Amino acid sequence: MEKKIFERPLIKKLQTGMPNKFGTKTEYDPITDIDGVAIKGLMAQYGSPLFVISENTIRETYREAYRAFSTRYPRVQFAWSYKTNYLSAVCRTFHQEGSWAEVVSGFEFEKALQNGVAGKNIIFNGPDKSTADLTMAINHGAYIHIDHFDELFLLNELADKLQKKPKVSIRVNMDTGIYPQWSRFGFNYENGEAWEALNRIMLGKKLELVGLHCHIGTYIMTPTAYGIAASKLADLAVGLASKYKHNISYIDMGGGFASKNTLKGAYLPGSDTCPSFDAYADAITSALINSSISPDHIPMLILETGRALVDDAGYLLSSVIANKRLADGKLATIVDAGVNILFTSFWYDHKVTPAQPFGYHTEDMIIYGPLCMNIDVIREYISLPPMKKGDHIVISRVGAYNMTQWMQFISYRPKVVMIDMHNAVHLVRENEDLSYVCQLEKHPEHLNDIKPL
Amino acid sequence: MKLKKKLAISDTGFVFDPHSGESFSLNETGTEILNMLKEGKSQEEIMTHFLENYEVDNDTFERAYMDFIAMLKFYNISEENEKD
Ligand SMILES: Cc1ncc(COP(=O)(O)O)c(C=O)c1O
Repeated sequence: MEKKIFERPLIKKLQTGMPNKFGTKTEYDPITDIDGVAIKGLMAQYGSPLFVISENTIRETYREAYRAFSTRYPRVQFAWSYKTNYLSAVCRTFHQEGSWAEVVSGFEFEKALQNGVAGKNIIFNGPDKSTADLTMAINHGAYIHIDHFDELFLLNELADKLQKKPKVSIRVNMDTGIYPQWSRFGFNYENGEAWEALNRIMLGKKLELVGLHCHIGTYIMTPTAYGIAASKLADLAVGLASKYKHNISYIDMGGGFASKNTLKGAYLPGSDTCPSFDAYADAITSALINSSISPDHIPMLILETGRALVDDAGYLLSSVIANKRLADGKLATIVDAGVNILFTSFWYDHKVTPAQPFGYHTEDMIIYGPLCMNIDVIREYISLPPMKKGDHIVISRVGAYNMTQWMQFISYRPKVVMIDMHNAVHLVRENEDLSYVCQLEKHPEHLNDIKPL
Repeated sequence: MKLKKKLAISDTGFVFDPHSGESFSLNETGTEILNMLKEGKSQEEIMTHFLENYEVDNDTFERAYMDFIAMLKFYNISEENEKD
């Protein structure tokens, strides 16, 4: 006789008159494979935890976003936000789709060059651009988005020194009706600072003003905020055309579209509340088309969308290390992926799904990572079927910011694999080991000898 | 370990404790264990039954069993706290 699958025995108190927000049964299926590749096999071969990237999801999401904008506006260009995920395999997928690179540091600039992006297709944002960074950007003909007056003055100096006319835009911050208003980056629209910067550039004649940029925030749930921002940038463009007879070549709306992740404290899941690319595209393109910009000089529309393009393509696979009961009777499940590699667990309630079949009973639990730290919580409240040591879970929508903001802490960062369009698996980042972690370290000579302890 | 005598266990995995008026739901393995406990089976007997009929090893079962018993105590379903 074939033996039955063992599920951990479970008893749960029924709360009468108190509907459980999670429901009494799981409304979903286990995730046993990603793009046709079995999770069990992936973890057996590449270890646990493991990041998995779906090339197919990246391309599909990109095409959906591109279609939303390009069907509404004649000239659309995406620039991949490197900080969101700068694994070369990910960047190159976006570049193959036609994305430029959007970088915010000398390191990211060099990485974009290394990925084969021409300087004329690199947008250089950020408040910290050193003389060396700017020199590199000028020599490569990149678009430099000026953040503050000190940078503007430095660029004027470099233009003289290098005998070149750097291509620049200014970053504009403004009130779009959303809170918090990001005013620390760029020049303010309402108080006239943006105009002051534009006047200095136009009258100084040392820099070539090519565009206007804004990035109003991140995980913005209101498309109308983008409509307001686009109108304000269009207003500046119209002012430049009438005052200086100068037409800019692009308007860059930055990033900030929400992904389908659920923000902590949100009542409804992000997959239900996240505006579509069409909604954002509609707000932005209507504002530009309805503005007073002359139809003969329609600027290119650039988008630096990050999380909304890559979140869905990333998965983190992890294994159950142990189960324990907390003093209040609550079940705690400890898994081998900690917040050090899942930075986004600080602001999202990530979707966690068992990777093996389960019954229909669930238990409320807390999911802890393996770090010896109190903050190491992957999910504070979640209702999942009972899991045993060694069982696997899939944490979904982790493609944005985790593989750039992760930190090495008490153990090695895991491997990253990419599943290609033909369901073949490629290792795109090795796991760390002792020699990798120690390779930058030295110790003074007097510490050479350690007496046997 | 003994269960409260008047505990009502249904085939479909519901438990009613007439002392406290509280109800509980159980999954299949939980129902099976609770029924065996009610019949007065020992831990060894229950363990043997599970190892024979389920895809599970000794340690995994024992670990899950311990946790289940702890929850029965937590919910005051066992008789341990009562005077006989
Ligand atoms: C200038 C700039 N552009 C684009 C992005 C990408 O933003 P998001 O991931 O919210 O789309 C960022 C992120 O902080 C940014 O600072």
